[in-house]
Amino acid sequence: MRHIISLLMENEAGALSRVAGLFSSRGYNIESLTVAATEDSTLSRMTLVTTGSDDVIEQITKQLNKLIEVVKVVDLSEGNHIERELMLIKVRAVDNDREEIKRMADIFRGRIIDVTDKSYTIELTGTGSKLDAFVEAMNRTTILETVRTGASGIGRGERILKV
Amino acid sequence: MFNPTYIADIQHLETQESMSAELTGAEITVRCLQEEGVEHIFGYPGGAVLFLYDELFKQDKVRHILVRHEQAAVHAADGYARSSNKIGVALVTSGPGVTNAVTGIATAYMDSIPLVIISGQVPTHAIGLDAFQEVDTVGITRPCVKHNFLVKDVTELAATIKKAFYIASTGRPGPVLVDIPKDVSQQKTKFAYPERITMRSYNPNIRGHAGQIKKAVQLILEARRPMIYTGGGVILSNAAARLTELVRLLRFPCTNTLMGLGGYPATDRQFVGMLGMHGTYEANMAMQHCDVLVAVGARFDDRVIGNPKHFYNPDRKIIHIDIDPSSISKRVKVDVPIVGNVSDVLDELIKLLELRKEKPDQSTLDAWWAQIDSWRERDCLRYDRTSAIIKPQMVVETLYKVTNGDAFITSDVGQHQMWAAQFYKFDQPRRWINSGGLGTMGFGLPSAMGVQMANPGAHVACITGEASIQMCIQELSTCKQYHLPLKIINLNNRYMGMVRQWQEFFHGNRYAESYMDALPDFVKLAESYGHVGMRIEQPGDIEAALQEAFKLKGRLVFMDFVTDQTENVFPMVPGGKGLSEMILV
Repeated sequence: MRHIISLLMENEAGALSRVAGLFSSRGYNIESLTVAATEDSTLSRMTLVTTGSDDVIEQITKQLNKLIEVVKVVDLSEGNHIERELMLIKVRAVDNDREEIKRMADIFRGRIIDVTDKSYTIELTGTGSKLDAFVEAMNRTTILETVRTGASGIGRGERILKV
Repeated sequence: MFNPTYIADIQHLETQESMSAELTGAEITVRCLQEEGVEHIFGYPGGAVLFLYDELFKQDKVRHILVRHEQAAVHAADGYARSSNKIGVALVTSGPGVTNAVTGIATAYMDSIPLVIISGQVPTHAIGLDAFQEVDTVGITRPCVKHNFLVKDVTELAATIKKAFYIASTGRPGPVLVDIPKDVSQQKTKFAYPERITMRSYNPNIRGHAGQIKKAVQLILEARRPMIYTGGGVILSNAAARLTELVRLLRFPCTNTLMGLGGYPATDRQFVGMLGMHGTYEANMAMQHCDVLVAVGARFDDRVIGNPKHFYNPDRKIIHIDIDPSSISKRVKVDVPIVGNVSDVLDELIKLLELRKEKPDQSTLDAWWAQIDSWRERDCLRYDRTSAIIKPQMVVETLYKVTNGDAFITSDVGQHQMWAAQFYKFDQPRRWINSGGLGTMGFGLPSAMGVQMANPGAHVACITGEASIQMCIQELSTCKQYHLPLKIINLNNRYMGMVRQWQEFFHGNRYAESYMDALPDFVKLAESYGHVGMRIEQPGDIEAALQEAFKLKGRLVFMDFVTDQTENVFPMVPGGKGLSEMILV
């Protein structure tokens, strides 16, 4: 149901909007989308997280391939892959909570990257569900702000997406 | 202060500059069109394209056809492309020029027609500032083009135009738009038109997979109740002759979609008529009950197979040949997908069949033909030929007779379109020009202009209705300017006929807003544009009137046929129903 799709496309103005436009015009779900230039600055790599039946996913990959600026498409979830997401989360940290939150961040291998008298900002990387678990764990205190990048993915071992 | 000497100096300077190797964006654009062998472009000038028009003015290789509305420019380029296998080109200005063109672009996109649309844009420094006549052209057209470009740097202009022509005409064809800001059309650079273009991100698959073609051959040879169903892809890839060869070799029944008419000769016995919502009884029944279906350049559209759930038949194996992988298994799961150019794949298929020297079992094939013939006996297209009021079907039949089945026929959208498709028997491809996918009323007249431009001297008739024709009626003026001797067959029933038919069948005869009140006197209207107008009210006058119209060789004749208001198109598969659930006459 949940698929993580990676694509390489020409690093040109408007390429992102073609992908976004495709998803909205054909009514496909889009859970997250991240994009940045690769080591080859003429190419961008995008990671898309979507959900749908097998038929819908098949159409999504075909339609993505059809976009003129898209060079390659791979459904990472078809094989072994690694995915990571980055979250920055700012929480209220006062009195006894300060120690507790620090401990919790350590447990989740997060790092406190900004501190005030009343707050911590924690950086945390992992799969989406790990980040969800951390948000859940922080619920006892007051979450002031969260920002997440959406998942980035890469194939395991010799699975390589390259031109 | 006005100083004529000073102006003369500047002009002198400019002339000198243009003699050096550097050309302006506008010059480059026109040179690119010349390099591509473009002979006609359809357009309408405006502020953002003034430099382009200035360059067009200075040369005579590319002929510009001035339309009266940008929608018509794109439809005309579209009709030009469909009837000639060339790339149609349109030129429009920024803002409203582009928004007017969008209907034409979407029409071409839905039917995969190769077009290049050049649009003017406000100067680059004004983009995004809500400048006069500014729209986000690339954004507005993105969902209805195969690709589009905004050229911000004159040094990229020539390569971009080359790419546009390449993308438009290769793979599954489609419209490509190039948006050129006014300042880019003024800036100068060295001109060199690339000989060829390669794109790492765009390499359409031409040849089908050999293993898949083998599987297809096996299925075909084992078929007991075969059916060949072909669409616009056969026309677009110029594969009509190959298809005909294959169908005759196999002795299988063949049906064409609305977009595929002319792909197989309609007068041939193996042709079972058009299929779909208004397809023949025999075509739809054979589609539903066949055991091996060969789909060629067709996409199982909702107007063609109706409800996919009803269409599903576990005993039926489907072979699907299409150049666009995303057309395969989109609405209907297929067993043997073959991605490739229809013409190339059919070639391979025929070769392989001839090598195998086997044939499908002929006695089961005979039994299948007997079944099809019994469906044929329903005579599903019959209508009252003795009616005292003109039946629209009779007009189309007579048109067929008078033109020896040899005319180019364009149509608008609605009942008249279906009657044209049912009753004009197309034996050749690229003769039937209509808006199938988008269903654009207003398409008929401007597309006929493009057809006539591409085929001077040929008979071109536009079968239309009094509602559709009024959506681009202003083009009668263009026809006058360029002496286009079109014959307009207006099937005038004073209703938006297809809307009325649906209201009669599905909305309790409540004819909401489908009556065409306050119609113009079409005869006088045609005459006011300098054309010939005729009004035909008696069935007995149809043939003589048509003959007279076609004798007026150099003249556009607007023929207003007063037809039966209550006539409906049969058979009909109601929306959401299955192919074998037809309403019959």
